[in-house]
Amino acid sequence: MDEQPKIAIPSMIVGDAKRFRPGRGTFEKNGKIYSTRLGLISRQANFINIIPLSGVYDPIPGDTIIGVITEISPTNWLVDINAPYPAILHVNEVPWHVELGETSKYLKYADAILAKILLVDETKKILLTMKERGLHKLNGGQIIEIQPLKVPRVIGKKGTMISLIKKYTGCRIIVGQNGRIWIDGRTEGVEKATRAIRKIEAEAHTKGLTVRIEKLLKSRS
Amino acid sequence: MGMKKPEDVVLFKDNKRIDGRKPDEIRPIKIEAGVLYRADGSAYVEWGGNKILAAVYGPREALPKHIQDPRKAIVNARYNMAAFSVEDRKRPGPDRRSIEISKVISEALERVILTEQFPRAAIDVNIEVLDADAGTRCAGLTAAGVALADAGIPMRDIPVACAAGKVEGKVILDLCKEEDNYGEADMPVAIAPLTDEILLLQMDGHLTYDEFEKALDLAIKGCHIVSDMQKKALLKKYEEVLEVE
Amino acid sequence: MSSSVVPSIRKDFIYKLISEGKRIDGRAFDEYRPIKIETGLIRKAEGSARVKIGNTQVLVGIKMDVGEPYPDSPDMGVLTTSAELIPLASPDFEAGPPGKEAIELARVVDRGIRESEIIHLDKLCIEPNEKVWIVFIDIHVLDQDGNLFDASLLASLAALYTSTVPAERFELGENFKLPLSQDPPISCTSIKLNNAIVIDPVLDEEEIAEARLTVATDKNGDIRAMQKGLSGSFTIEEVKNIIKASIINGKKLREVLYKSIRGK
Repeated sequence: MDEQPKIAIPSMIVGDAKRFRPGRGTFEKNGKIYSTRLGLISRQANFINIIPLSGVYDPIPGDTIIGVITEISPTNWLVDINAPYPAILHVNEVPWHVELGETSKYLKYADAILAKILLVDETKKILLTMKERGLHKLNGGQIIEIQPLKVPRVIGKKGTMISLIKKYTGCRIIVGQNGRIWIDGRTEGVEKATRAIRKIEAEAHTKGLTVRIEKLLKSRS
Repeated sequence: MGMKKPEDVVLFKDNKRIDGRKPDEIRPIKIEAGVLYRADGSAYVEWGGNKILAAVYGPREALPKHIQDPRKAIVNARYNMAAFSVEDRKRPGPDRRSIEISKVISEALERVILTEQFPRAAIDVNIEVLDADAGTRCAGLTAAGVALADAGIPMRDIPVACAAGKVEGKVILDLCKEEDNYGEADMPVAIAPLTDEILLLQMDGHLTYDEFEKALDLAIKGCHIVSDMQKKALLKKYEEVLEVE
Repeated sequence: MSSSVVPSIRKDFIYKLISEGKRIDGRAFDEYRPIKIETGLIRKAEGSARVKIGNTQVLVGIKMDVGEPYPDSPDMGVLTTSAELIPLASPDFEAGPPGKEAIELARVVDRGIRESEIIHLDKLCIEPNEKVWIVFIDIHVLDQDGNLFDASLLASLAALYTSTVPAERFELGENFKLPLSQDPPISCTSIKLNNAIVIDPVLDEEEIAEARLTVATDKNGDIRAMQKGLSGSFTIEEVKNIIKASIINGKKLREVLYKSIRGK
């Protein structure tokens, strides 16, 4: 693996504007590129980006997320998606035909759903949809929350990490881009998967993580 | 400021201050990032005898809805002193002084946080003084800067603060309790260290223009020293995150 | 981690674990999280202590002042306890005057200490009818991850046992150690979840608990204070079992407290 990634903090110089362009989490000033976030410096093509080490979930259209119903009205549901803003799910965006005033028949307060971000406008109003294939209400299992920024590590390159966990725990696992993860299976499997995911969250940016996770998954308990 | 000094209190002797420091010396400081479990970001600062905890929650939905700003996040700093943090117990709850300090700190932080990235949201910064020893607002703002970075709030710079003042005619850096009580001027300053922009400036007492220039220069130098410590604290915390076993 | 609605799935999962004899963090039903007690942290306070139970953190400061006694106890010192659930400690705590939770917390801790008479208030009289010492216990919750009652009482006790009466500051003679008896009341908090009783609830468990019972006992196993919370109910049998378990756990926690104040 490459050299140890470098940590950037807000106002730190992370590159020269003559050779690179300012990417995510940076700004340019007087020929230098500065970080605005606490994160890892990463170079992609000739862009310098900061991979944040902490922060909230930033919803992007197309993201698959796990939401929790917080309010019900006759024509929509208000959904907590672990972002700074609640999201709206309209009756037009669900796979069922919902009669006026019957919204709670389909989704109740504290129900969990697998949905997609349909739209985010400039005032950060967020609309969801459940109309695509594979989106549904979640039943049973357990939902845990990790820092949204660690999601890519839990999934792994081409899904390798999450497949490893599924294999050794026998669980069904769905990872939401918003840091919520649904795990279903025998109790021991769910507990082990939870431990593995928490370990990945804590050690996301260290070397040799895959080996250690495999060791945890193979161990007896 | 302006208390009558008892005979036995000597503020200056052989160019040494009452606590042995030189005029341009800061008190010992310790900064730690990420010290709380629930908060999105946090920091703990010991500065002289001050012990201050800062925690950040957000960005999160600003409520009630009518206070939301459709263009940017609202920054709510809340400075509070614990009842047991001062010699004469303080009645819990905000007093006028705490409210004023909360306001000037909120305004200072707003200038460096990229609030346009979070319209309609609120960024809540809580500064809790657990043990007070003069200069609490500077130590509090300094802790808040670290807590904001720890929380992943995007900022142009990490804000930092330090006070300068005047005691027995001499301009000094980082007043201690006795200097604050019996001195002639106290001037807390907060800056954005990349550009030396002034984010917070208050003054209480009596300074000539020349004395003011000297004090400001000293305060800014002090801010830079503390800024290095903030950065070291953040790097230390996160370097641990990268190492394991 | 910010606050959010607890998904019913999580509540159902915790209940399922309970029915299998397990808890969300792997502890036994009658097991406490690791407890850490530190004293003497706040110089400005007459006494102070910070208690960590797992991730829960509570800081207590003791301050003293001179004031008038209560009319019905003219030669006794005065004890007053208050608690603040400061917004720093949880995304759900709001700034403002103490709400119901903070007031209940303060009053329960106060009762435990007052009813066990561990502070010798009779030794805190300066001039009968005129001047007595007032002891302020200020509970400052710093990090909320469940079981604030036990953490707050332990911190209050550790702070009291390491407190000094600041007579010199008031020109009333030499400073002296706060006069206390050696039998502190120790509280033990249990909750009911899916018809099972578990001790020292973590926040995930507290959020979905049906009922809560805090029992403070002394070293003889006698009961000094009790408080039931939340809107579910206990059977008589459950209450009796909780009290018996609290007596046993009280003894263990008392040892932890003694270790932390030894030699101070």
